[in-house]
Amino acid sequence: MAHSATIDNNSEDIWNGGAEPLKASWGKLMMWFFLLSDALSFSGLLVTYGFSRFSHKAYDPNIHGLVFKFSDTYWPIPEAVFTHIPFIHINAPLVFVGIMTFILILSSVTMVLAVEAGHRMDKEEVKKWMLWTILGGFAFLGCQAWEWSIFIQGSEEGRLLLDGSKVFGANLHVNEYGPQLFADLFFFITGFHGTHVLSGVIINIIVFYNVCLGTYDRVGNYEMVEKVGLYWHFVDLVWVFVFTFFYLV
Amino acid sequence: MSSHHHSDSHQEIKIVPRDPQKVKQILKVTYILGGVTAIEFAAAFLLPKGVGLTSLFVLLTFVKTFYIVGEFMHLKHEAKTLIWSIIVPTLFIMWLILAMLMEGTSVFNFRTWIWG
Repeated sequence: MAHSATIDNNSEDIWNGGAEPLKASWGKLMMWFFLLSDALSFSGLLVTYGFSRFSHKAYDPNIHGLVFKFSDTYWPIPEAVFTHIPFIHINAPLVFVGIMTFILILSSVTMVLAVEAGHRMDKEEVKKWMLWTILGGFAFLGCQAWEWSIFIQGSEEGRLLLDGSKVFGANLHVNEYGPQLFADLFFFITGFHGTHVLSGVIINIIVFYNVCLGTYDRVGNYEMVEKVGLYWHFVDLVWVFVFTFFYLV
Repeated sequence: MSSHHHSDSHQEIKIVPRDPQKVKQILKVTYILGGVTAIEFAAAFLLPKGVGLTSLFVLLTFVKTFYIVGEFMHLKHEAKTLIWSIIVPTLFIMWLILAMLMEGTSVFNFRTWIWG
C-alpha cells in the first residue's frame, strides 16, 4: 500500500493540508462518494417500484381465484412471472434468478481475492482472480439477456384482452403479466443494473489488461484493483436489493 | 500520500505470501452470503406472504449489506469519519422509502374510492 504516513495527523496540523483525515487515497474516496450517489439513483428506481406496487391492488387468492392468472387489475406476484429455466420445460419459480444471484456473489468473492492478491503484489494471482471475475460478469450478463428475451416473448397462451385480442409478453407498450408499470420497471431496474454490470466488466477488462502489462508493478501498488473492486461489489450489492425487493417480496 | 518509487522498471518486486487467516475470513463471508440467500429463497416459498415475511427479507438483506459493504468493500475497517459520511446520507433513502410507500398507499385508497 502506498500510504506512507509521513505527516503526523495530530489535531493541530490536520487543517493545514497535507494530512489524510479519512486515511484513504482521494481515488478511493471519490469512488465511495460516486457509489453513494449511484445508490441514490438505484433507490429512486426501487422506491418507484414500491410506490407503484402499493398504489395497485394486490393479488388475493380469496378474491381473484386460487390459481394465479395474469391480469391488469392487480399487481403480479413475481414467482408466477419468472418461472423459466433454460433447456428444460418445467415450472421453476425464481430458480434462474437465484442462480444469477449466486453467480454475482461468487464473482464478488473472486474480486476480493484479486484485491487481496494485489495487497501482496502477487501479479499472477491478481491476473487469475480478475479473469474469474470477468467470466462471472459475462455469465451474469448472458443470464440477464436470456431472462429479458423470455420476458419479452411471453407465455404460449398469452393473455386475452377485453376486445378479444391477445397480448404476448411485455415491452414498453403492452404487458401480458399485469399493469404496464410492472413491465416498465422491470426493464428500467434490471436494465440500469445490467448496464452497470456491463460497464463493470469493461472496466475490469481494462484493469486486467493493465495488470498483464505490469502497470501496477511499475506504479508500485494495486490500488486500481481495489477501486474497481469497490465498484464491482456495489453492483453485486444492488443486485442483492433487486433480488429481494423485485423478485422475492 | 504516495511513497516515491524509482523510475527504474527493473526494481525488485517483493511478493508477500498469502495470509491464510485473511482467506479464511473471505470464505466465511462467502458462506454467510450464500447461506442467507438460500434461506431467503426457501422462505419465499415456505412462509406465508405478509408483513412478517417482508420484515424477514428486509432484515436478511441488511445482514447481506453489512457483510458486502463492511467486509468486501472494507468499510468496517476505514476511518470513523469515512464510515459515517457514507452511512448518514443513506438516511435520506430511508425517508424516501417511508414517504413513497405511504404515498403509494394513499394513491391506492384514492383509486379504490373513485373506481371501486
